[in-house]
Amino acid sequence: MGLRNIIVTMKVVPKIEELEFDPETKTIKRGAAGNEINPADKNALELALRIKDRYGGRVIVVSMGPPFWEPYLKLAIAMGADDAILVSDRALAGSDTLPTTLTLSKAIEKIGDYDIILCGEESSDGGTGQVPSGIAEWLDIPHVTFISDVMDVSDDKKAKVKRTIKGGHEVVEVTLPFLAAVELGCNTPRFPDFRRKRWAEREFQLTVWSAADLGLSPDEVGLKGSATTVVDLEEVKPPTRLKKKYTGSAEELADKLAELLKSIM
Amino acid sequence: MGGWKGIWVFIEQDDGVIEESSLEVLSRARVLAEERGEEVTAVLLGEAVAGEAAKLGRHGAHRVILVEDPILKYYTSDPYSRIMARLIEERRPDSLILSATRNGRDLAGRLAVKFRTGLIAHVVSLDYDDEGLLMGKVPGFGGNIMAVVKCVKGRPQMATVTPGIFDIKEFEGEAVVEKVDSGLDPEQVKTRVVDREIKELIDISKSERVVIAGMGTGGRMELVNQLAELIGADIGVTRPLADMGLAPRDIQVGSTGVILKGSLAIVLGASGAPHFVSGIKDMGTVISINKDPEAPIYEYSDHYFVGDIFEILPLLLKKLREG
Ligand SMILES: Cc1cc2nc3c(=O)[nH]c(=O)nc-3n(C[C@H](O)[C@H](O)[C@H](O)COP(=O)(O)OP(=O)(O)OC[C@H]3O[C@@H](n4cnc5c(N)ncnc54)[C@H](O)[C@@H]3O)c2cc1C
Ligand SMILES: Nc1ncnc2c1ncn2[C@@H]1O[C@H](COP(=O)(O)O)[C@@H](O)[C@H]1O
Repeated sequence: MGLRNIIVTMKVVPKIEELEFDPETKTIKRGAAGNEINPADKNALELALRIKDRYGGRVIVVSMGPPFWEPYLKLAIAMGADDAILVSDRALAGSDTLPTTLTLSKAIEKIGDYDIILCGEESSDGGTGQVPSGIAEWLDIPHVTFISDVMDVSDDKKAKVKRTIKGGHEVVEVTLPFLAAVELGCNTPRFPDFRRKRWAEREFQLTVWSAADLGLSPDEVGLKGSATTVVDLEEVKPPTRLKKKYTGSAEELADKLAELLKSIM
Repeated sequence: MGGWKGIWVFIEQDDGVIEESSLEVLSRARVLAEERGEEVTAVLLGEAVAGEAAKLGRHGAHRVILVEDPILKYYTSDPYSRIMARLIEERRPDSLILSATRNGRDLAGRLAVKFRTGLIAHVVSLDYDDEGLLMGKVPGFGGNIMAVVKCVKGRPQMATVTPGIFDIKEFEGEAVVEKVDSGLDPEQVKTRVVDREIKELIDISKSERVVIAGMGTGGRMELVNQLAELIGADIGVTRPLADMGLAPRDIQVGSTGVILKGSLAIVLGASGAPHFVSGIKDMGTVISINKDPEAPIYEYSDHYFVGDIFEILPLLLKKLREG
């Protein structure tokens, strides 16, 4: 069977090891940190490409974020995505899950003709995995979260997906079109093809849509459209540890460790 | 029009077994409800769970809404979200609180959009402010930063609570159980479980001692297992080992796994990434072995042994066995 569009939602995140928090101004200094494609979204893209290999379809990546995300979308193209769309608009700044899911669902509707939508299970920069099921609700299609594979898509418009649950996994049957959130680390994302990468960087034309292109009014999105608000940010100080360092031969270290274990147990 | 009143707690079950962290949420909800002079309603969906419904009063429910249907034996999003949406529309709770398990998060995201309402996800504290707005603390960026978030729009106000944050409490009195029809047409259901494979679950969230294997072990667990057995510890792993299928996801430690609470963690060959260390920050003592003298895990360790685990562990095991 030939699938229609397979849409992957993708976000760019700061590398959290490199973030700094300024306790005085209570802001996160993102400037110092490098960025990357949200790790789980790479797994979603990899799964989409594998589905395409088996069942056909076009893989289209969609992001809602600032213009500087463009190179990362091109990286997704280099990995094998057929097209990429960036929804970018100042009016969208400060959006929580409600306007984010609204905006992404409008973009997905505008792309249209979809059978499968894949998201990452959560964003590594403090997302909580609430975006995927929210998008599915706006689109009024079924969803399954924490999936590690799409095992089968049958002609009667049903798919079997593998979902991680407490203690193991289950197989969920879901009707098309559907949305699934893909588990972080469930596959190994392919490296971008060198020649495709060069093409993506030089010739690929990214489609950029504004909020108005999606028929969204400024009241529906951004801070105004949000249903939650952050009233304070606190730095979590790691507990003070003794930080005793032991060096020496393996023999000496084993001795010290054995003594230590006996003394504290 | 009825006003939006009372606190609802979604009680998760799987094949008739109640999810413990739902009872933690229920207990917290009862405390909050008493402060506000409101009632707590537990909502339980399942196949044949009337027996379990009757017990919910003990953990804080004033009332229980019980929906039984064979399709509800296991959680899937479509039937569960449809029934919950109908109940909320009809009865209008002020707040709906769920445990932030996989299923709780799956359901919460969908319902929050359905009602165009605020959802505070994965909170580690839960309160109301003076205006009756739900308020919770949400860890971000691998647990380094805590955001205090409020629901400012929509009803029901919603939150999902990180498992293990609140204690399960006992309360006096019995809950009034009300049975409600599922109203489901099985033909219409768009998600269903057709197969599953589960092993007996290892829960390390309350283990006193845990030996944690990182990538430095290369996934070779013999020495790790022996050490754990000798000192009466359970075993945990870092995320990559679970990703590679070398260990079950249930024993993965960290912000996307289990947050440990015991007295001793021995960390073998883990670098100390932010997502990982938030899983050991509440452990009494942390001992690490790492061949890198400067790995970030040093900052999070009480005792840091610079060396190769494959050289140190055999000698250590011998010494411990000799007594
Ligand atoms: C959204 C998101 C969520 C995540 N959630 C989690 C989570 O919940 N839990 C988690 O663990 N990770 C999580 N991660 C992954 C995390 O960022 C790190 O990649 C991971 O913790 C690294 O695992 P590690 O320390 O075992 O491996 P590495 O970083 O590869 O470290 C291996 C360490 O072993 C040492 N070593 C190697 N050989 C030896 C030897 N023979 N003897 C002694 N030492 C040796 C090395 O010096 C090194 O320090 C998450 C990532 C993302 C993006
Ligand atoms: N701004 C965004 N643009 C595109 N996709 C997003 C965006 N925010 C969230 N997502 C998708 O939703 C998933 C879960 O995000 P979150 O709910 O924020 O943890 C991510 O892995 C992405 O696939």
